[in-house]
Amino acid sequence: MFSWFANPHRFLMLSSWLAPLFYAAAALLIAWGLWQGLWMVPKDDYQGGDIMRVMFIHVPAAWLAMASYLGMAVMSFVWFIWRHEVADIAAKAIAPLGATWTALCLATGAIWGKPTWGTWWQWDDARMMSVLFMFFLFLGYMALRAAMDTRQKAARAGAILAMVGALNVPLIKFSVDLFTSLHQDASVITPEGPKMAAVYLWPLLISSLGHSLLFAALVMTLMRAEIWTRRAAQSRVRLMTGD
Amino acid sequence: MFTGESSADMASPAPIFSAFRQALGEAWAGGAGALLPVGFFAGAAVLVPLGVGTDPETLRTIGPGILWVSLALSSLVTLERIFQADAEDGSLDLWLQTSAPAASIAAAKTFAHWLTAGLPLALLSPSLLLMFQAQIGDALLENMLYYAIGGLAFYFWGGVGAALAATVRRGGLLISLIALPLYVPTAIFGALAMGDGPSSAAAPLFLAASTLFALAVAPFAMGAALRLAAD
Repeated sequence: MFSWFANPHRFLMLSSWLAPLFYAAAALLIAWGLWQGLWMVPKDDYQGGDIMRVMFIHVPAAWLAMASYLGMAVMSFVWFIWRHEVADIAAKAIAPLGATWTALCLATGAIWGKPTWGTWWQWDDARMMSVLFMFFLFLGYMALRAAMDTRQKAARAGAILAMVGALNVPLIKFSVDLFTSLHQDASVITPEGPKMAAVYLWPLLISSLGHSLLFAALVMTLMRAEIWTRRAAQSRVRLMTGD
Repeated sequence: MFTGESSADMASPAPIFSAFRQALGEAWAGGAGALLPVGFFAGAAVLVPLGVGTDPETLRTIGPGILWVSLALSSLVTLERIFQADAEDGSLDLWLQTSAPAASIAAAKTFAHWLTAGLPLALLSPSLLLMFQAQIGDALLENMLYYAIGGLAFYFWGGVGAALAATVRRGGLLISLIALPLYVPTAIFGALAMGDGPSSAAAPLFLAASTLFALAVAPFAMGAALRLAAD
């Protein structure tokens, strides 16, 4: 199955119509989610009044922060085992986008946290800390790739780091969870979960789907750019050697 | 030194011992030798009271944490050259041509570095904690043990960063960025083990478990990274 997707030519064919489709669908879904979230749903005074509307960006960003790291690690694993170039191109494309959504999650979280909990940042909150360290893992991954002098070396080093990081994410999560239990009284966060009213849940789900499609479309665009860049470099070499 | 004999006997552990001895030698060679990391560790810790003030109660609270931070920084500083020098002078290629797996060579070198640069810091910790107004008691020795165990994990995760950055010029900054997220569980379990919160009884076990996890996982990542650096 991997081999079927691993063909760069097939990927270019597939993404040439899938990416525009995703962009269009993402625009519609995000627009509907924002319209519902910012104007239509009633404000929730328990969550800080109108500021809770930032949720319709914050929660999709948090979901994408986690999903993108997982995706990068899986792509790195596939590349490391089967050496399918498209998997490495995908991992490389996911990193800057994942870091962007992770930063978006941290920023919207701080904006929501200040009026609601009275603080921009809470050191003993497990979820904030986990997301922050995931952000650092993304930055380290990009810095390592950038420091390598060949594409092949960048791919290998990046894959090793992404896999080591993925093994550590559960441990980091567990350790910060334990850290939180030390300061239980300082924590103001309550798990919302499925207790959320349907009037909030639907715009949230639609918005999350929209962000996911936008993320996927951007990944495909970056991957297409990378494939064309490599092809251009190859044909330049071919021209120079006169093949 | 070792290439001639190791090609003859296939499963000989000789290259591993040789890498271990070479790393020990490296630590003692060059200027102040193994005293250098100790000096860095003490210097970093001593700067803190100058920065945050000398209130005894504050220092007693933050002292153990300051030493964790200093330990993490010292490990990053000393690890920068551990594989870089081998990649530059060609000895890395020789290690990888022996029958020993790259992972065990890397583990032996990292362990030797912990022994010469990490363990002395743990042994120094009681006197530094006393300077941070700690009371004399069993806790000082317990903390020394936690610094030793946690430092081992720091050195192995840092070693992954050092192996990945072995061929990178000015790799030190890169190692810090790569290794710091991996240091998080150890730092948190270590700080919990020295506190008096509800989870401080179990925290030493978690600290030891996360170090064992590092010992199990990091050598293979280092081995893969060293084979990459030798290419």
